[in-house]
Amino acid sequence: MSTVETRIALPTGIWTADAAHSRVEFAVEYMVGTFRGSFSPFQATLDVDETGEAKLSGSTWPNAVKVQDENLEAHLQSPDFFDAERAPEISFESADITRDGDILKIVGELTIKGTAKPVTLAGTISDPITDPYGQERIGVKLVGEVDRTEFGLTWNAPLPTGKPALADDVTISAELYLVKG
Amino acid sequence: MRVLGISGSLRRNSHNTRLLRAAAELFPADVEFELYDELKSVPPYDEDDDVTPAPEAVDRLRAAIAAADAILISTPEYNGSVPGQLKNAIDWASRPRGTPVLLNKPAAVVGASTGAFGAVWAQAELRKVLAAAGARVVEGEVAVGHAPTRFDETGELLDENLREPLAEVVESLVASAAEREQLVAA
Repeated sequence: MSTVETRIALPTGIWTADAAHSRVEFAVEYMVGTFRGSFSPFQATLDVDETGEAKLSGSTWPNAVKVQDENLEAHLQSPDFFDAERAPEISFESADITRDGDILKIVGELTIKGTAKPVTLAGTISDPITDPYGQERIGVKLVGEVDRTEFGLTWNAPLPTGKPALADDVTISAELYLVKG
Repeated sequence: MRVLGISGSLRRNSHNTRLLRAAAELFPADVEFELYDELKSVPPYDEDDDVTPAPEAVDRLRAAIAAADAILISTPEYNGSVPGQLKNAIDWASRPRGTPVLLNKPAAVVGASTGAFGAVWAQAELRKVLAAAGARVVEGEVAVGHAPTRFDETGELLDENLREPLAEVVESLVASAAEREQLVAA
């Protein structure tokens, strides 16, 4: 017996990320491990109109980057990395969202350091629930990969072997607690 | 517009200081070029001393960089790298964390050496160090090799071929500073 995937419409409404529980993170291979950081604050909105047309948009700022090593803070803001002075905004805007069951695929445009590049995010979406305070919520988890050098974040340092210490591919992930407004 | 010149060489008849003086003549007339001459007085970086108030020489170094719209550094090369005293000064200027005076500061690097290669390794390392400290390092390199033959006894640049690449670096630095000025004003 074959199973048939059921496509489900996205829930109508304007859904805004709850800052207390939502996260946007990045991870990049560095030497022998994974260097991780996050953006806080950020804003994200999923807008689904009556016709089912949906758009996910989000934005943050280079100075919202949080990493464990505070020595890195100025370097990450600087022209070597995000160049906060010239490119004060980081943004994402979806072009196409498809849902298949709880599987979500979003194709959109990510702008970092003034350069916009297409990116595909894949993940899941939960069904709406009503939280203990009477608000409707959905959960969205997304993961995608970008080549940081395409956005002009080209810093690196060679290891003694000649290999670069920092990978070009960066995994971006988002866990969004979206509240209906 | 104000540009601060920093020579990585301390000695009186430094080729790098002479190179900066030659560069100074190539800036547009409305640019005020100041040569920083207190490098020798900057104490060794010690986090225990990196407090408020900072050591006086450090305060003056940071103030000089903060007051400048751009910096032009000329470096010699010692053992294939940046002279310690220059690196030390940059280490001071790279603090405090998060808001160092070098953050977003347009910076250009040139260099002179008595050897054939014109301090190219030191220049490359200095660009890396400045970028890590947060500066906006502009493109362009002027490598003055065999430096004693390039200047006359009074310190004037003899090699006319050097003036053009030097002028290009000066132009890039001024353009970067002008762009920043507009951005900050906007």
